[in-house]
Amino acid sequence: MGVDIHVENLNAWYGQTHTLKDINLQIPANHATALIGPSGCGKSTFVRCLNRMHETNPIARAEGTVRIGDIDIYKDASPVEIRRRIGMVFQRPNPFPTMSIYDNVASGLKLNGFRNKRVLDEVVERSLKSAALWDEVKDDLKKKSGASISGGQQQRLCIARALAVDPEVLLMDEPASALDPVSTAKIEDLIFELKSQYTIVIVTHNMQQAARVAENTGFFLTGTLVEFGKTHKIFTNPSDKRTEDYITGRFG
Amino acid sequence: MGSLPVRSATSERLSSLRRSAANHLVTTLAILSTVVVLVPLVAILGYLIYKGASSLNLAFFTHVPAPVGQPGGGMANAIVGSGVILGLASLLGIPVGIGAGVYLAEYGQGRLFGNIIRFTADVLNGVPSIVMGMAAYALIVAKQQHFSAFAGGIALAIMMVPTITRTTEEMLATVPHAVREAALGLGIPKWRTVISVSLRTASPGIITGCMLAFARVAGETAPLLFTAFGNQFWSFNLNQPIAALPLQIFVYAVSPYDEWHRLAWAGALVLIAMIMISVTLVRIFANRGALKGGH
Repeated sequence: MGVDIHVENLNAWYGQTHTLKDINLQIPANHATALIGPSGCGKSTFVRCLNRMHETNPIARAEGTVRIGDIDIYKDASPVEIRRRIGMVFQRPNPFPTMSIYDNVASGLKLNGFRNKRVLDEVVERSLKSAALWDEVKDDLKKKSGASISGGQQQRLCIARALAVDPEVLLMDEPASALDPVSTAKIEDLIFELKSQYTIVIVTHNMQQAARVAENTGFFLTGTLVEFGKTHKIFTNPSDKRTEDYITGRFG
Repeated sequence: MGSLPVRSATSERLSSLRRSAANHLVTTLAILSTVVVLVPLVAILGYLIYKGASSLNLAFFTHVPAPVGQPGGGMANAIVGSGVILGLASLLGIPVGIGAGVYLAEYGQGRLFGNIIRFTADVLNGVPSIVMGMAAYALIVAKQQHFSAFAGGIALAIMMVPTITRTTEEMLATVPHAVREAALGLGIPKWRTVISVSLRTASPGIITGCMLAFARVAGETAPLLFTAFGNQFWSFNLNQPIAALPLQIFVYAVSPYDEWHRLAWAGALVLIAMIMISVTLVRIFANRGALKGGH
């Protein structure tokens, strides 16, 4: 099941650049939350702070409190533990090219030392079914490389891989921006399905996509969270002038 | 919208001719260079077969060298000795080389220590092989007061390391950042990501690097002259002098006897064949687990 995310006074830097400024935000469990804003506004940095991927860049730094469920991820746990509980799907599909489809899905468990073959088989099947990919790949699970399927299939494979470690939160950083419209629609359907079981945070450039999949939407601009609220309110009756300018296409 | 400049049909045809002429020229040059490279290679191999094949017989592979003045004899001990020395060199050189390459690519980026290692590897790569042999002599043979297979193996291992280190580093650098992020994002620890994702993705290139290093040292004579030293008899003791094909070829080639010259040719042919066979075997073995559509 998903968990709530509480963010208090989160600041992040890349070298000298202050990319996130005093972000305060509550993301409800078992809903999809969209983050929109122009390029460079800090929305990707924000999601990368939620699973501590931000700090894998040696010049990056973050400060503040992020509570996922009952743990303060910057105080109570190591980055490695955090990332097992918080799955991430990236902008470009990034399957492991040398692994089979099966091993890609099983990698999160296998590479953490889990070896029970019967359980792995079950997890792989369940995850691929959750990612709506099972029927397309079930005959080639161990024969084909994860990089040999189409881009849209690869992205669903990456979602299955993230689901296989049974996370509580699923972070998606523009998961459909490199895909064609049909694959994009499949990913969106999937988000719609998955949000009953996971807390989903999705960064997107596509405002229609935010409107279609997310209950709540946050608008980022130059490292600050300008406005956060119900998606339909953000899109039909925003409180902030800057939000209105952005969604009506006056800038960005 | 501005319109494209209008060009006459004649100038259109002329520039098309020029393009296709340039294309043909470059293709021809490329083919020519390939031929220039391949001719000496094929010629050497052909000459080796011509000179060496006639002296190859079962005895060559089963007998130790015959005493001076007696006909017959073979290089069985040198073939096995080369295998022993090269096995030892690979056993020592490949793990150290890959380990250093991993450090350079994954941990030592932009660090002084990393830069020092990279520089040392490049310098080591250019050190003449005889100097390597002298170093191994001074460090091991002189201390132990005797020649040994072990000293030869170490000399060759040191020669293998820089090539393997730099290839490993460069191949790891070609692994997309997104693939590493995928692993870290799954909560896989960094060391595990390096082993199971980065190294595995880069493995075809790293294997090629190891094979290049192996093939290079397999024919080395100079570093073995004062380390493994050579031996006319069977020896399986790593702590004793041991025969090696390049040494045996060297000794026979500079001897005054025709019979030995013929054996030297045969030895050279066997040496090349051994290198080709081991490289091919590794390739086949490495490709066995490859997946459809993977790398």
